[in-house]
Amino acid sequence: MSQVSNSSGLRTWITSQPWRLWGHQVMAVVQQELKRNLFTPRATWVYLLAFGPVVILAIDAMQGPGCLSCSLDEDTTVLAAIFQLYYLRLGIFFGVMGIFTWLFRGQIVQRTLHYSFLAPLRRELLIIGKFLAGALMATVLFGAGVLLSFSLVYWHFAARGYDYVFHGPGLEQLAAYLGITALACIGYGAIFLTLTIIFKNPVIPGIVMLGWETFSGVFPAMLQRLSVSFYLKHLCPVSAPADGILALLTVVTEPVAAWATVLGLLLLASVALAVACIRSRTLEISYSSEQ
Amino acid sequence: MNAPAQNRILFENVSKFYGEVLGVNRVNLSLSAGVTSLVGPNGSGKTTLMNLMTGLIRPTNGAISVLGIAPSQPEKLARVLGYCTQFDSFPPGLTGREFIHDWLRLHGFNHQEAGRLTEDALARVELTEAADRKVAGYSKGMRQRIRLAQAISHHPTVLILDEPLNGLDPQARAASIALFEALGKEGMHVVISSHILHEVDRISDEVVLISSGYIVAEGKIPDVRTEVKEHPMQILVRCAQPELLASRVFAQNHAVEGKLQLDGKGILIRTTNADEFYSLLNRLIVEDGMQVEAVAPADDDVNSVYQYLIGSDGERI
Repeated sequence: MSQVSNSSGLRTWITSQPWRLWGHQVMAVVQQELKRNLFTPRATWVYLLAFGPVVILAIDAMQGPGCLSCSLDEDTTVLAAIFQLYYLRLGIFFGVMGIFTWLFRGQIVQRTLHYSFLAPLRRELLIIGKFLAGALMATVLFGAGVLLSFSLVYWHFAARGYDYVFHGPGLEQLAAYLGITALACIGYGAIFLTLTIIFKNPVIPGIVMLGWETFSGVFPAMLQRLSVSFYLKHLCPVSAPADGILALLTVVTEPVAAWATVLGLLLLASVALAVACIRSRTLEISYSSEQ
Repeated sequence: MNAPAQNRILFENVSKFYGEVLGVNRVNLSLSAGVTSLVGPNGSGKTTLMNLMTGLIRPTNGAISVLGIAPSQPEKLARVLGYCTQFDSFPPGLTGREFIHDWLRLHGFNHQEAGRLTEDALARVELTEAADRKVAGYSKGMRQRIRLAQAISHHPTVLILDEPLNGLDPQARAASIALFEALGKEGMHVVISSHILHEVDRISDEVVLISSGYIVAEGKIPDVRTEVKEHPMQILVRCAQPELLASRVFAQNHAVEGKLQLDGKGILIRTTNADEFYSLLNRLIVEDGMQVEAVAPADDDVNSVYQYLIGSDGERI
């Protein structure tokens, strides 16, 4: 009896919420955040992080297509190393850190956060809108960087590269790289957004997180699940060779199914966002003391 | 929530501490519709009170309700409340029109409705012509007005204005005061903090005096003035026989001082009992046929009340 009344109460609650209004408000936040952050001089270094390898690969590709002395397997491995050691560990990590910490800190530094707080907008919707804008921006920039890097590596091989991409495992690997990029942006983004809301200065927790993500490979299995890199490493389509300390960054300690890693990462991001939403309800505007 | 609470702004034993620093302490207030002036020296807690009632900060103790809505529910409160803050900062790169339009989009208005409300608000503060210029290029007065336009753009029933006359030229100041007065007469709750006491005095229905985080006095200005017993009331009487009035007044023990006007056609009386003075004046007019041109309290305004209760140096007396 009580289960029936509980489910009917939940249904009533769900149907009575202004979902359409919330949708419009979240979209407005996303549009304004993209306008404010995507095409500004401040975003230059994020573009550099996203497209730095592209420039290097483009210079390499200028040797001309159809390089006969080059090895396709070798360059596939090089691409895997660029993706795992540069994009996942450096580019996306710091790019996402810059984008997501600025979503709130930027408004605090510019003393404009009160405008958002004075709109009839649930704080949770503000968090979700900012998160979606950050995730979209990071995924588009780093996804484009990865896509261009991939294209340049195989364009270099002309017909052999075309065969590898369209008649071999290439497209599947590209899809995996782009999917991992999106997941990395979502996972790191949710955690950085939450850190920004909890800590006045997110740089120190950011450094702690970098250490955690770097060395999580040597932690017990349970603790490894609390790192984003744990989930991402399992999804990489090609193993990256790494020796010495770099092996820490690529080693896969315990095999996990792909669906479980995706689900696990999304769950981790959801928990982080839920914490941010709860904390946001008690956020106060106090620019002088927060800066 | 009972009916009166839904028409009032209520503070119940509200305190706010920033760490160990006192913002406001044990504030009890009940503000009705009309224009209320929040008066006090710098650092007295005016902005803290305003930030508390708009939900930008949360009280350490006590409860606040604005027309029956708790400030912890911004999704409800901000529909009925507009706040023109003192923060002279804007999202970078926006024109005046975009600034208001973007904010209205956060309310959930569609482009068309947000556009219409934006134009209405711009017209009300006379900024339509400058609306397509970047806010960063506005003068201080224009920035003040664009913030005011934003605060009223969604037609709130409560308007909170933190030093809204700062930076305005005399013409814009007069227009703003007329606007506040009109909004107060329309039945809105308009709460204004200002240092320009003689100007807010003209339009204020009630005054809240605050000093060092404590409410010193609250209510209609004449009532507050009457409560200040230690400072005799000053009443200016313009009449043909000020000497006669002076002699009769000083025959009673409530008169403290009388100053004849230089033109010999008036007298400024300081009295500890205004009611008795007015009774005496009535008798003189009726029984002795005294010709009285005008009678007016000379220190029955926000400025005098401020001076008596807080003092010119901002220290509470």
